[in-house]
Amino acid sequence: MMVERTPILDTFTYTFLMVGICVVGFPIFYAVTAATLPLDQVARIPMPLTPGDQFFVNIQAAWTDGNLGRQLINSFIMAAGITIGKIVVSMLGAFSIVYFNYRFRMVAFATVFCTLMLPVEVRILPTYEMAANLLGPLQWLVDVLHLNSLLQWVTGNDFEIFLEWSLLDSYTGLILPLVASATCTFLFRQFFLTIPEELCEAAKLDGASAMVFFWKILLPLSATNIAALVVIEFVYGWNQYLWPLLITTDPDMTTAVIGLKNLIPQADDIPMWNVAMAGSLLVMTPPVLVVLLMQRWFVKGLVEREK
Amino acid sequence: MIKRSHFKSNTLAYLLITPQILVTIAFFYWPAIQGLLQSFMLSDPFGRRSQFVWFENFVRIFTDILYLKSIGITLVFSLSVAFISIFFGMTLGCLANRALRAKAMIRTLLIWPYAVAPAISGILWLFLMHPSYGVVAYFIENSLGLEWNPTLNGNDAFFLVVVASAWKQISYNFVFFMAGLQAIPHSLIEAAAIDGAGPLRRFWVITFPLLSPTIFFLTVMNIIYAFFETFGVIHAVTQGGPGGATNTLVYKVYQDGFIGLNLGASAAQSMVLMALIITVTVLQFRFVERRVQYTT
Repeated sequence: MMVERTPILDTFTYTFLMVGICVVGFPIFYAVTAATLPLDQVARIPMPLTPGDQFFVNIQAAWTDGNLGRQLINSFIMAAGITIGKIVVSMLGAFSIVYFNYRFRMVAFATVFCTLMLPVEVRILPTYEMAANLLGPLQWLVDVLHLNSLLQWVTGNDFEIFLEWSLLDSYTGLILPLVASATCTFLFRQFFLTIPEELCEAAKLDGASAMVFFWKILLPLSATNIAALVVIEFVYGWNQYLWPLLITTDPDMTTAVIGLKNLIPQADDIPMWNVAMAGSLLVMTPPVLVVLLMQRWFVKGLVEREK
Repeated sequence: MIKRSHFKSNTLAYLLITPQILVTIAFFYWPAIQGLLQSFMLSDPFGRRSQFVWFENFVRIFTDILYLKSIGITLVFSLSVAFISIFFGMTLGCLANRALRAKAMIRTLLIWPYAVAPAISGILWLFLMHPSYGVVAYFIENSLGLEWNPTLNGNDAFFLVVVASAWKQISYNFVFFMAGLQAIPHSLIEAAAIDGAGPLRRFWVITFPLLSPTIFFLTVMNIIYAFFETFGVIHAVTQGGPGGATNTLVYKVYQDGFIGLNLGASAAQSMVLMALIITVTVLQFRFVERRVQYTT
């Protein structure tokens, strides 16, 4: 904004902005440069800052050494699954809470709302145990009620109920536990509350059922909100670290962000930082592209999500 | 709150909310209850036998020097990350808000690090600050003449993870400051300018106070980020070392529970974290409520 003419301050503003942009961008510039250099140059001290011609060689090395091809697909499935799952689940939930009147409406809302700020990081072990056996609670019920001995007594046979459904090393396990989101439900609830009453009244007068109203009116009206959430949740899903680390042991099932760790040269290794940087660039590109291409929705989503 | 005009079908309403409730119970409430129970139990590493021990796990962690040290490290770590990223986010936000030309390009160039995973940010900075190959390490050693080795020296490693965690978060803060600055009425700034207040004075008297809710909110969000999401940075770069210098609370829960298989202690630590984050959330909601009352 322009309040008065201040040439000195303007010069100062632009100079510092340039410096800021350079400082913020430097790690990437440096990574890109390193990713184009051959090994002997990247290991030189200090490393030359002019790009080399080995970019595709290094990308290929990262792709094969780090098993990145498979893991990038996993990352994509996980990020897309979390994004779609979260939006569907929370939109339907918010629709139910806002547009229906039933006895346990407030209970349902409170149940979801109370989990607003509990990241998976604070309940690591029990959530893992739950994922290791999704039927754990039922098994617990069986044990507590001594159903096994009851059944043995009734049938006279010697058998045992053993319930197990493990989500370890599976896409369901990567996606499902991160799909419940109070934040998204809350956001959709707030948005639905701003939609004029007349729309629903008119729809009902025209004889539209609840689901027709949802499809024909609520969904199109929510388009910008959905676009905003797609950006935020895709980045969130792609960048997950702790959960995929716990739930996958098979290198073919883990995500690219986790797999990248194998490319970091350790103390006694050959210092292949060019390959490590090429891999890092490869893994960070999809979410960075999503943010840059959908910038307008990203800013909206980020700011509104936290209100 | 409910719409005046709403639908009658109860069955459909329950069907619509069921997926959310099921996932919430399966992956939030059940684990939370299990964690709570486990924090009062002493189990063998395989979880076969356990014994109810009341508050023994809590007493044990709070008398454990390593845990107390980890609390200190986490506090210093999260305050440093919050301060650095908010300071740079605000400075860049104010400057970008003053800029008249190339506004969209400036914004684009400043927001993309948001999309970089914390772990990747850690790897980038590990390379920049690598004692043998990093250019920043070269600068620190040769231009500043300091000893530098984050793989051996705890303080150096701590500095490395703070910088890597804060760098990524600058964009997040920048976006919020841009939004906050645009919400300040232009007339206020103009009125102050007519009264003869210079740019710096206008910042301190008008902009900064009006940004204070944003700053408060971002402080909370950045501290939560530093507490939890930086796990990736720590795990990829230092694994809590050297000598426990970067062993934050969340990393310690993971290490004690998953690597040490000390279930009771890990659960008790989880409960402490959960209590902490619930307190912060409640505090923030009370503050937000008050802010709403001020504006209306």
